[in-house]
Amino acid sequence: MHLHHTDPVRAEIIPPAAARSGGRPRPLRVGLGGPVGSGKTATVAALCRRLRDTVSIAVVTNDIYTREDAEALLRQAVLAPERITAVETGACPHTAIRDDISANLEAVEDLQERLDPLDLVLIESGGDNLTATFSKGLVDHQIFVIDTAGGDDIPRKGGPGVTAADLLVINKTDLAPHVGADLDAMRRDAEAARGPLPTVLTSVKDDHGVDPIADWISRRLAEHTAVRS
Amino acid sequence: MSPLSLLILGDGRFPSGGHAHSGGAETAIAAGRVHDAATLRDFCQGRLHTTGLVAAALAAGAATGYDPLSLDEAADARTPSPALRRVARRLGRQLMRAVRVTWPGPELDDLAAARPGGAHQPVVLGVAARMAALTPYDAAQAAAYDSVCGPVTAAIRLLGLDPFQATAVTAGLCGDMEHVASQAAGHAARLPAEGVDALPATSAPLLEITAEQHATWPVRLFAS
Repeated sequence: MHLHHTDPVRAEIIPPAAARSGGRPRPLRVGLGGPVGSGKTATVAALCRRLRDTVSIAVVTNDIYTREDAEALLRQAVLAPERITAVETGACPHTAIRDDISANLEAVEDLQERLDPLDLVLIESGGDNLTATFSKGLVDHQIFVIDTAGGDDIPRKGGPGVTAADLLVINKTDLAPHVGADLDAMRRDAEAARGPLPTVLTSVKDDHGVDPIADWISRRLAEHTAVRS
Repeated sequence: MSPLSLLILGDGRFPSGGHAHSGGAETAIAAGRVHDAATLRDFCQGRLHTTGLVAAALAAGAATGYDPLSLDEAADARTPSPALRRVARRLGRQLMRAVRVTWPGPELDDLAAARPGGAHQPVVLGVAARMAALTPYDAAQAAAYDSVCGPVTAAIRLLGLDPFQATAVTAGLCGDMEHVASQAAGHAARLPAEGVDALPATSAPLLEITAEQHATWPVRLFAS
């Protein structure tokens, strides 16, 4: 796994503090998007396992037509059931995270109310295409997850998820030799498309595979707390 | 009033959560009752003249400034299915979030505070119309249009229906929608004298029954 680039400080995009009734800042919201099968749910599960002892976490899933992702997380018992909520998206996963974020905001607010204190909400989008991005009205930061088996030309093809996400994760590096994916080309294309934005190549199912992503989120959490205090 | 405000409020792209709801079309399509433009038209017409009329009258009533909490109770009484009551409140809460930003006003704040889990969507729609300086008839038109365009949009996604034909279904129901809106405004005008008994209570039992069934489906594309 490789963590590229120093992380730019992007405090300027964090919206103004929305203090809650008790004066606590609202939790940090991080969106995870990416094509079907790239490993979004596996990443969320691994992040929960890695961070749950030190951070109060909740998850909102956006399944396309089932509660499969929410149920997978429940089955793996990565969080207590009351910390996982599924949102239904009416056959349009990208609408629910970008054009009309109502149902997702409602789910986030319900979790905030129910689970006080809450530090971090992970919002997993339904598997979609390379143009699916989150509204800034819904998340503070977004992670885009692609994988080597989906084709090593995806970083070159670009699209808003690849070029503009705050963190790009190229997952399943362990599969690269089996599917003929050129990791160096993927890394090079991602760097060319993303400028200073960071990219992680990893395999989240490996031991410590999720660490670079968890570390990135921990830094965003630290900034979030600093900005609001 | 500004006709443009009505266009904004009625726009299917208005971000108030409606895109995830089929208005009963998903079950009707699964059962084969809706399978083409003609059957979609029948479905929408039936919905419009029953629950659509009730929704339009509630919206018109709220737009007159009549007590929204009484209207909210009247909406409960006119919605037998618990699943549909939950959906109406959820959509009301989502609409509230959007209209408090687009047309802020104390009446919306008061209703949001009194019903934190959401008031029925048509009631919120009516108060929002009032904040946007629209008339009760405008609010009724928005509700009538909403009751048609939800199922039509869902049918485009679920049946792969030709979008031009589907939009022609909506346009073909303009006369029906205007008629329902004017009936609804008439009901709303009698609220001060007669109270909520002035409101219609037309219902569509099959929509209520299938909404309960839909709520138990493990695999579905729409939330309702």
